[in-house]
Amino acid sequence: MIPLSYYLVLSGALFAIGTAGVFLRRNIITLLLSVEIMLNAVNLTFVAFGRQQGVVDGQIITFFVMTVAAAEAAVGLGLVIALFRGRESLNPEAFTALKW
Amino acid sequence: MGSDQLLFVGFGALALLGALAVVAQPNPVYSVIALIVSFFGLSGLYVLLESPFVAVVQIIIYAGAIMVLFLFVVMLLNATREDGSEWDRAHPYYRPGPMRLGAVLAVLFGVQMIWALTRTVGLGVGVGETRPAVESVRDVGRVLFTDYMFAFEVTSILILAAMVGAVVLARRREE
Repeated sequence: MIPLSYYLVLSGALFAIGTAGVFLRRNIITLLLSVEIMLNAVNLTFVAFGRQQGVVDGQIITFFVMTVAAAEAAVGLGLVIALFRGRESLNPEAFTALKW
Repeated sequence: MGSDQLLFVGFGALALLGALAVVAQPNPVYSVIALIVSFFGLSGLYVLLESPFVAVVQIIIYAGAIMVLFLFVVMLLNATREDGSEWDRAHPYYRPGPMRLGAVLAVLFGVQMIWALTRTVGLGVGVGETRPAVESVRDVGRVLFTDYMFAFEVTSILILAAMVGAVVLARRREE
């Protein structure tokens, strides 16, 4: 049997990779992908704890997280297309209209 | 090492290496494909956790629908490489002071995580040794449509809002 801590460490490592991606990359699409990695790291924690407790709630919350991820991907990619149309660039530093 | 541990190491390595490849290499198309590989590893871990519903949904919805949407947009924008540095500029947070503060905060956070993981009781117990698994999709559906009914309905409104928002955002302005 695999101890619960293994799953938690794996999930933490995935979350750290996702966070590093958000801070280090200069491409909006890779930023969105890094957010997906973070959401999935949290999903793994939910399912592992739910399995440990013998309850179904962990799996159900995963379902809701996936729904939010789908909505986020749709709106995020819509934003990316709208931004790309104005600047012909995907570098987040290129968009300064709201900065002072 | 039993077969459980071998499978955990294999699927965990697949998930981790996929995620690393997403962040480490510059081509967004390969990033999306690496993320799909990572999702297959996670799906295997869900099977190990005896949650077949989540494992299948992970493949069908995440790898099948959301990632294809990403791939579609990457190819639509023809953004097969990371943009050059022509837009980069000195951000105030890149000065030495804020960067040192950020490094200290990151180290503190890591220490806190290690502290929490080593001090919590019961983390060494094997997953699923004490309680039976809730495997059947019937049980998942029953709880989803009774206890979580309100959240489920709110989800439908969220998706409707996201759909309208995506259409409005991506529409070409006529002016």
